Amino acid sequence: MKILCVCGLGQGTSLILRMNVDTVLRQMGVQADVENTDVSSASSERPDLIITSNELAESLAGHPSTIVIVNNYFDLNEIKEALESHFS
Amino acid sequence: MKFLEKNLVELDAAVTSPDEAIQTAGNLLVEEGLVEEQYVEAMVQSYHKNGPYFVLAPQIALPHARPEDGVKEASVSFLRLMHPVRFGSAVNDPVHLVFALGASSSDEHLEILQKLMALLNNPENVKKLMEMTAYSEMESLLGGIHS
Repeated sequence: MKILCVCGLGQGTSLILRMNVDTVLRQMGVQADVENTDVSSASSERPDLIITSNELAESLAGHPSTIVIVNNYFDLNEIKEALESHFS
Repeated sequence: MKFLEKNLVELDAAVTSPDEAIQTAGNLLVEEGLVEEQYVEAMVQSYHKNGPYFVLAPQIALPHARPEDGVKEASVSFLRLMHPVRFGSAVNDPVHLVFALGASSSDEHLEILQKLMALLNNPENVKKLMEMTAYSEMESLLGGIHS
């Protein structure tokens, strides 16, 4: 399973998301390859899941990967709920 | 690395627009010599180009640009707005707390983000940031977090 966390610049916001996604996956006891990048690089990648914000999900409309939206990047429960259905 | 030190914190700034909020939070970093003035302009431009995705939790914005836009040292400033401002985020508006991030390309970048996450992953801390009346309260808050 490859997961890409996406933000506008691929510098700060997506790195925060990636670190919290890593934490949640550890808690769930699942293995995945998690990386972060900016929205324009993301369009040419084909991960299993893309995790991003509501706003950037709109710019990624039509992308072949499954897009998962997280609204609060600091809420580990929300991230867990968003991910769980993809690991069952 | 400079993380929420006294001169990087301003409570209840009277700003009225997202641009002004980003500039005021960014100027705290400029005044301490942590980023170039052009970095602040790059943060505003990134907002115009990429939208409000950096409003990454309810009421919280983390404007930043790229290390090559003029960062001298990994740093985070904090601006609490007197009146919340709408950045255009469908779910997290209005913004009340602005953390300007001086994104460096060094190892300190990861370290400073971990500090920020240790602070903001806890809703109790966010509540304290909303309610604090003096910098001394920030000091005790920072003393209690472990990243």
